[in-house]
Amino acid sequence: MRNVAIRNWVIGTGTPVLLLAAWWFLSANSTDPFFPPLETILIRFQELWLFDHFQSDVLLSLGNLFLGFAIAAVVGVAVGFATALVPPVRWMIDPLIHFLRGIPPVALVPIFISLIGFGTQMRVTSIALAALFPTMIATVDGIRSVSNDLMDVARVYRLSRKERVFNVLLPAAMPQIFSGLQVSLQVAFIVMIASEMLGSSQGIGAMTLLAQQSFMTADMWAGILLLGVIGFLVNILFSLLKRKVLSWYIGSRRMARAA
Amino acid sequence: MSARPAPPLPLRNRKSTMAQQPETRISATTPRLDVAHLAKTYGSGEKSHTVIEDLTFTVDAGEVVCIVGPSGVGKTTLLKCLAGLHPASSGRAAIDGRTISGPPPEMALVFQDYNRSLMPWLTVRKNLVLPLRHLKLPAAELKERCDSALAAVGLSHADNQYPWQLSGGMQQRVAIARALAYRPEILIMDEPFASVDAQTRFDLEDLCLKIRKDFNMTILVVTHDIDEAVYLADRVVVLGSRPARVLKVVDVDLPAPRDQITTRSLPDFARQRTEVLSLIKRPA
Ligand SMILES: Nc1ncnc2c1ncn2[C@@H]1O[C@H](COP(=O)(O)OP(=O)(O)OP(=O)(O)O)[C@@H](O)[C@H]1O
Ligand SMILES: [Mg+2]
Repeated sequence: MRNVAIRNWVIGTGTPVLLLAAWWFLSANSTDPFFPPLETILIRFQELWLFDHFQSDVLLSLGNLFLGFAIAAVVGVAVGFATALVPPVRWMIDPLIHFLRGIPPVALVPIFISLIGFGTQMRVTSIALAALFPTMIATVDGIRSVSNDLMDVARVYRLSRKERVFNVLLPAAMPQIFSGLQVSLQVAFIVMIASEMLGSSQGIGAMTLLAQQSFMTADMWAGILLLGVIGFLVNILFSLLKRKVLSWYIGSRRMARAA
Repeated sequence: MSARPAPPLPLRNRKSTMAQQPETRISATTPRLDVAHLAKTYGSGEKSHTVIEDLTFTVDAGEVVCIVGPSGVGKTTLLKCLAGLHPASSGRAAIDGRTISGPPPEMALVFQDYNRSLMPWLTVRKNLVLPLRHLKLPAAELKERCDSALAAVGLSHADNQYPWQLSGGMQQRVAIARALAYRPEILIMDEPFASVDAQTRFDLEDLCLKIRKDFNMTILVVTHDIDEAVYLADRVVVLGSRPARVLKVVDVDLPAPRDQITTRSLPDFARQRTEVLSLIKRPA
């Protein structure tokens, strides 16, 4: 058991390290303007991101991402609950959900990008709007699939409406809500970058696009590298949160599989 | 496995969802639980399906009544009507003369599907606490109720575990403990001892008789086990099927206190279980 975990960890961290090493050696003597040596890219990476533009661009981008995602998460869950529980809201939102269900969330991104104006506020709004729907739909599905047996228990023991929402429905729907949040996070990340590439002169996306347009390939690669690293770290954070909140669910699934 | 002597039943908020019916006076002869011409039809129109057509029986205060009947006859349906989860299609079920129209505050129900009736995200103890939160009990009483309920079903050691970490029989006992901690005046259980081992089963049967004595609780139990029904009950309601009807209410006249060994070896015990068995075996 322990050995398997160690082996997986070695493979998980070893592969990226190997790939980076391969990149390093294969590109070391490159003169191709589009594929500068990794060494050059890393030097630019350090010069650009770690000090100069860290506050003005990196923090700005991350701030937009988290704010937009947080708004999407809270509003998405709230609207999802209203849709599942309040009939008039259901009549309004259900057709929209049926329409959106068939479309991959990322395919909606162009709509929200066209909404993007200038200024941080508009960017956060478009991130939030785009990321809202996956969480909202997952919440509605999650609540609708809560078993009747649990709701019967809640009724027999006369739980209040508030207790039913926060102590029964919300935790019971949480596994599905989290899969919605995961998609929302990806969408938020994409819209964050796109919004900066299209409507801004600041942020990682804007810097990266600017570098590309002015043929500063090393800078462009440094930007892409940074986006990759951020995406990776954000996903790890999300997984940690998920593992904590859904530990009961992960445990019960493992138990059910073992049985 | 024995319940510690616990304080008497607290007065509970009786502002229930039950309709006040001034025409029915509570008198000494009003049964605690009164099922009169109860009918239940699922669905409507073409697809309607009558499970219970005309069911009548009563349960007096402090009585233990068992319901036996073939699988699929509608026992669970009946209990859900009594618990106010399903509205009756016609006829009525009443507590102290008041028609049940929603879950009554003085009642607890132990569901048949115990593994689907516990909250998997809560530990055993928190499962017990959840129904008690709105009673706003002092912390000490809350703890005492959970402790004694868990001790009563022999699960004191498991209070920090999650239901899915427990065996089926242990989960069932958690569901029973949750009902006990709620301290209902009327306890309804749907095949509560179906998946526990024989020894635990005897212990839980005796626990059932003990809480009836200690709290003067009124208890209604659905069971498949005819011996169990005769051992536990003051009366056994035998149901016949399609649609469900009462074949007979058998009065069990075995002496109290009952004991797993002496009671079960009485000639009267054998006679009464034969009576119930022959009612069920007889082709309907
Ligand atoms: N919610 C429902 N909607 C429609 N039909 C139902 C519903 N619940 C139960 N039934 C039907 O009612 C009948 C009686 O079911 P019920 O669960 O009450 O039987 P039971 O006596 O408890 O059986 P068992 O002893 O196996 O638990 C069955 O035919 C079942 O299919
Ligand atoms: Mg049943």
